[in-house]
Amino acid sequence: MADSFSINDEMSGRRKFLVAATSVAGGIAGAAIATPFLLSMMPSERAKAAGAPVEVDISKLEPGMLLMVEWRGRVVWVLNRTPEMLESLVKVEEQLADPNSEKNQQPEYARNRTRSIKPEILVTEGVCTHLGCSPVFRKEIAPADLGPDWQGGFFCPCHGSKFDLAGRVYKNVPAPTNMVVPPHTYLSDNRLLIGSESEGSA
Amino acid sequence: MKKITIAILILLCLIPFSIFAGESGMALERASVDITDNASLKRGAESFVNYCLTCHGASYMRYNRHRDIGYTNEEILEKLIFTGQKVGDLMESAMRKKEAEEWFGVVPPDLSVIARARGADWLYTYLKAFYRDETTATGWNNLVFDRAAMPHVLYQLQGEQKLVVKKSDKGEEKSLSLEKPGELNSSDYDKFVGDLVNYLVYLGEPHANARKKLGIEVMIFLLGMLLLSYALKKEYWKDIH
Amino acid sequence: MSNLFNSMIEWIDKRFPLTSNWKAHLSEYYAPKNFNFWYFFGSLALLVLVNQLLTGIFLTMNYKPDASQAFASVEYIMRDVDYGWLIRYMHSTGASMFFVVVYLHMFRGMMYGSYRKPRELLWLVGMCIFFVLMSLAFTGYILPWGQMSYWGAQVIVSMFGAIPAVGETLQQWLLGDFTLSDAALNRFFAYHVVTLPLVLLVLVFVHILALHETGSNNPDGVEIKENKNPQTGIPVDGIPFHPYYTVKDIVGVVVFLIVFCGIIFFAPEMGGYFLEYNNFIPANTLQTPDHIAPVWYFTPYYSMLRAVTINFLGIDAKLWGVILMAGSVVIFCFLPWLDRSPVKSIRYKGTYFKTALALFVVSFFVLGWLGTKSPTPLYTLLAQIFTVIYFAFFILMPWYSKIDKTKPEPKRLKE
Repeated sequence: MADSFSINDEMSGRRKFLVAATSVAGGIAGAAIATPFLLSMMPSERAKAAGAPVEVDISKLEPGMLLMVEWRGRVVWVLNRTPEMLESLVKVEEQLADPNSEKNQQPEYARNRTRSIKPEILVTEGVCTHLGCSPVFRKEIAPADLGPDWQGGFFCPCHGSKFDLAGRVYKNVPAPTNMVVPPHTYLSDNRLLIGSESEGSA
Repeated sequence: MKKITIAILILLCLIPFSIFAGESGMALERASVDITDNASLKRGAESFVNYCLTCHGASYMRYNRHRDIGYTNEEILEKLIFTGQKVGDLMESAMRKKEAEEWFGVVPPDLSVIARARGADWLYTYLKAFYRDETTATGWNNLVFDRAAMPHVLYQLQGEQKLVVKKSDKGEEKSLSLEKPGELNSSDYDKFVGDLVNYLVYLGEPHANARKKLGIEVMIFLLGMLLLSYALKKEYWKDIH
Repeated sequence: MSNLFNSMIEWIDKRFPLTSNWKAHLSEYYAPKNFNFWYFFGSLALLVLVNQLLTGIFLTMNYKPDASQAFASVEYIMRDVDYGWLIRYMHSTGASMFFVVVYLHMFRGMMYGSYRKPRELLWLVGMCIFFVLMSLAFTGYILPWGQMSYWGAQVIVSMFGAIPAVGETLQQWLLGDFTLSDAALNRFFAYHVVTLPLVLLVLVFVHILALHETGSNNPDGVEIKENKNPQTGIPVDGIPFHPYYTVKDIVGVVVFLIVFCGIIFFAPEMGGYFLEYNNFIPANTLQTPDHIAPVWYFTPYYSMLRAVTINFLGIDAKLWGVILMAGSVVIFCFLPWLDRSPVKSIRYKGTYFKTALALFVVSFFVLGWLGTKSPTPLYTLLAQIFTVIYFAFFILMPWYSKIDKTKPEPKRLKE
């Protein structure tokens, strides 16, 4: 009967234990339920397929020419550098923030002065490391707006960051690091694969 | 109230638990489906890309999804892709829809979820039930799908069948007899179609194995949770009784 | 630690009625102590509602309400989105389970007289929730844009065409086109994900407020508020909802989840009842499937729609069908005034009411089963007979509930 009913203000040990155990189990259940929902927001198979590595034929890329390729919705530059351009990389080195590419912005095989596998071919994401604008390719030497020291390079119109012809960032500009070199490999002399280091995942 | 509850439960049990839309009176043969049998699924997948994918698409399915059944990307490129597509691409048909409509009068349906719409048994019987019929446009007809627009694509394997109609007082009884044998004998052809249908079932719901596996884990957790919560309820309700 | 917690609560209480609401609706909301199995379904309905809202939001992230992309986007969710299949099955199974739970909840109300004074308004708000739920189910079922989505919607929308004079115009206004098309899909999507869920949430809130005003009914149909402890003012047969019914409901939730997950993981199509086979064929505006049937929860009403085959009283059969179908749902609203029995609960009601309720349940199931079948002369006759029984339960209630031999209602709860 109702009169026998009274609320226990002091919880018994067993009761405390059961409340704690159920709460923990409920917490685990909650986390387990949240997981598939959060994972569903990751790039889908379609996005991954669209972000698959791209193959580029560079046989027609003349020295001094820049090719733009889209990979994962971002622009990737392929620049065939002339001997003069390669020389300029040495000249500007004193003005650069990270001339030896010590920061991890490139695969191991591009950690060199030209930041490339083949010295003349530069492959880099055309994305400024400041806030994601795409810099402009300015190959002319010492133009009026960029000053007499300009040896050719990339200039970001958004906030004025400057990069040399290996995508290395200048000192005293907003961009903190060199431009990103994406994983890439040569399937043959003129067939460049961007986005992967092996053919199998193409 | 107990009686009513029991009556309701009995009524629920009486509801027949399958309502596939039957198309004809012909009894369907049972397909043996086992989507954990990767060898069968691989045979089915390779038959599918060879015989079906020319006209039909499976355009909700990506080639690289076949890693589910044990293919590597290299094997997918080698065994499943003949049209220069990438492994991440959808399995779209090579044929243009316009042309298809001119040839067959209808666009061949996409087969991604055909097994979920038709059921494995229907597909199995259908692929075995083609026979010669000179009155149709394709020269073929089918016992479970009268005047199907699809010709008998597998006739080189199965051979040609003929319709035999037996008349009795119960009405007409239709059956098929093999006229010209094909490359496969009858039991090999059954196995071939069986693998293909098995693959179509997998294709309809590629995550089905993962679903069941996760389901078992969830069930075990919930049973543990049940014990715990029941003990908690008992503990609290001691106050009341 | 607990000091900090207490002062935080105090801080909030000065600005928001947190503790007082907690007490009013949970820890000092007194519920009858004799709730049985049938009293789980209210809180379970709330659980399913949360499930539908949550999974629904995640489905809208990938679904495309466009006639040329809808079907493919559902398969995209099923295959290309990580765990998309799980979210989709949770939503599709949740839709059916919503009706299972709500039908059992309503049946509970009918057994124990929960619609009777003073809970008439509670019952009416509940009926409004049911109407909104039906609209949600209907608009949601269109979205995958399969054959059953298309032709099922076609049938329902054509019913509006049966309304005299304005029917055809109304139909075009609803569809935004001369036929069911992309325009309708797009606007039904808007109703399904914005309009109706908002209305539903408001109604559920009102439903719970109304419940907590009158207090819960119980299997004995006794008003526990009429028997309070003179010192404390607490109903002597009441126990605080929290913790007693919260811990009990957790058990109910876990049992429900076992059933729910069993379906999701091992039988998501539920033999073609939860996901119909023909809906795996993309909508084809030129070809009706051989056999169309609505999803199981609509089949009883669908049977009644088809049951009328003759014109009478100068109204044609099609319109009668629509009237009966609408009537079969709306008539629940009148229950509080149709029931003239001196007692609430079936425990104290006599043979007449018990028989009538049993016949009603049987007719509901038979009509539901008939609704999944193609009509034959026999089935149509059966549908007609059981439609009459279905309506007789309501229309004759003032008479049989009054002359029924009831047992005296106790003053206190029995158990």
